[in-house]
Amino acid sequence: MTETDKSLLVVNNLSVAFGTKDNPFKAVDRVSFHVEQGEVLGIVGESGSGKSVSSLALMGLIDFPGRVTADELRFKTTDLQTLNEKARRKITGDEISMIFQDPMTSLNPSYTVGNQIMEAIEVHQGGSKKERQAKAIDLLRQVGIPAPESRINNYPHQLSGGMSQRVMIAMAIACDPKLLIADEPTTALDVTIQAQIIELLLKLQREKQMGLMLITHDLALVAEAADRVVVMYAGQIVETGPASDIFKAPKHPYTQALMNSLPESSEGKDRLNALPGVVPGANDRPQGCLLNPRCPYVTDRCRAEEPEQYGPRGRQVKCFYPLDEAGRPTV
Amino acid sequence: MTMTSETQTTVRVPQTPFAEFWSYFIQNRGALIGLCFIVFIVFLAVFADFVAPHHPHEQFRDFILVPPAWAEGGNAQFWLGTDGVGRDILSRLIHGARLSLLIGLVIVSVSLVLGICLGLVAGFFGGFVDVAIMRFADILLSMPALLLAIAIVAILGPSIVNSGLALSLVYLPHYVRLTRASVLTEINKDYVISSRVAGAGALRLMFIVILPNCLAPLIVQATLGFSNAILDMAALGFLGLGAQPPLPEWGSMLATAREFIQSAWWVVTFPGLIILMTVLAFNLMGDGLRDALDPKLKQ
Repeated sequence: MTETDKSLLVVNNLSVAFGTKDNPFKAVDRVSFHVEQGEVLGIVGESGSGKSVSSLALMGLIDFPGRVTADELRFKTTDLQTLNEKARRKITGDEISMIFQDPMTSLNPSYTVGNQIMEAIEVHQGGSKKERQAKAIDLLRQVGIPAPESRINNYPHQLSGGMSQRVMIAMAIACDPKLLIADEPTTALDVTIQAQIIELLLKLQREKQMGLMLITHDLALVAEAADRVVVMYAGQIVETGPASDIFKAPKHPYTQALMNSLPESSEGKDRLNALPGVVPGANDRPQGCLLNPRCPYVTDRCRAEEPEQYGPRGRQVKCFYPLDEAGRPTV
Repeated sequence: MTMTSETQTTVRVPQTPFAEFWSYFIQNRGALIGLCFIVFIVFLAVFADFVAPHHPHEQFRDFILVPPAWAEGGNAQFWLGTDGVGRDILSRLIHGARLSLLIGLVIVSVSLVLGICLGLVAGFFGGFVDVAIMRFADILLSMPALLLAIAIVAILGPSIVNSGLALSLVYLPHYVRLTRASVLTEINKDYVISSRVAGAGALRLMFIVILPNCLAPLIVQATLGFSNAILDMAALGFLGLGAQPPLPEWGSMLATAREFIQSAWWVVTFPGLIILMTVLAFNLMGDGLRDALDPKLKQ
């Protein structure tokens, strides 16, 4: 699938730099992707690969000293870069919603749950207090909270993590957004609740035909939920493609390593297949391909030059020697 | 399924934050006593005209320096005795409560409101604004409080309003620092970002989203600041820079009674005692508030 004028969100060469002008640290480096209506885009990568920063950048939430640049940042037909602060807030508030990692801190502890949901409805849709309350109860019911009539009077500290995340989802869908950004929505929850929350998210996404950007480091989750996948490493996109293709035959060594590190692929072995090393930080970015110190197939060319992203539209890879169907590098 | 267990928990009546706070607060005996005393003083101050046996300015020329009613030579008409010009001390103390509490309230409110605004702005916007406000606060903090107040009153001229203004300015940096610190811990939490995503503007973020979560330490500081304000106001009054005679203010009552300290103990003792007890009551209540509002001290 390629981007068109009808695309919900188009991001072209988005970069986010921190640090000084002379010695910038690019937390996000020339990232391009797009989200269609009713589509689930999975963004995967290790901690520190720039997943969250990209989503914050496109919501305009990167503050000084961070610098955001992009060739194109378009939501439907609106260019998000040229908008003034107020118009941008209006658009993002009405049509884009966000769900965060830690449900325990993403609700305001000073207000009741109902109060917070009703506030979101009031700002974007209005209506009398009674209507808003009815809508809030209805939303809580949609996200599967039992006894919503009494729950709307609860304070966040009286809810469990899973319940709080459900409330967050209720708030996020309160104004019928076209695009929902879920930034590791299940990381802070335990496994049984994770499954319920994801199921709920996907159900609502299908019902409301929203575009969903699912940011996560849980590959199994992406394999199941996403239509298309973007794999990020050290602020760059290393591979994109339809979820089924990527998981059947990854082309980038990093994607392959991520999949090998799933517990399922190490069954019967003593240790998990971990990719050695960590994502390079601000001061230890290597020359050439950013993965070269950790890549099992590294060559001299990888250490000297940086590969460009190439491949057919919708299935791109940023590697000199993309892996073939059998998972071996093509030299 | 988890659903059923969740349904069961809803049967429990959710405790409002106030109910929870109250249950912690009344466990603290001292705080409760402090609260009762403060309520009593407030009652006296509000109904001073009806409670006080005499007018605070009325001079009974025949009864100068009468000792308290129970002491030898005392008069049942003047329970706590009379001062050097024959005014009833009890009536003056009751009317003085009005003035002292009002002054405390005004000073604390002025410095609290200004402090919250400056602290919110400093913490929220950061950068140059933050540096400017905080260095200003540091300069104020680097001078001894009472000395600074005396200097300001000396410039503006001695009166009760001017000394109130001076003390408000002196207490300001405490509230600024406290607010800014709380704002900095709250501002990066997800709920603030989530409000920004929902389109909240700077003012809404500062006053409606962040401020309620910064209030607990401020309430405690304000209560303790109340007793400080009364004490410093009494000190300024004692130095002749605060309330001017014949206004019945506790500190200036002490000051005018200085000459009788050897001959008529009651003229000095009772204003001193009431200042002591009121300040103690506020401190006890402040401690209780801190225990009840600080989540780290809860079991």
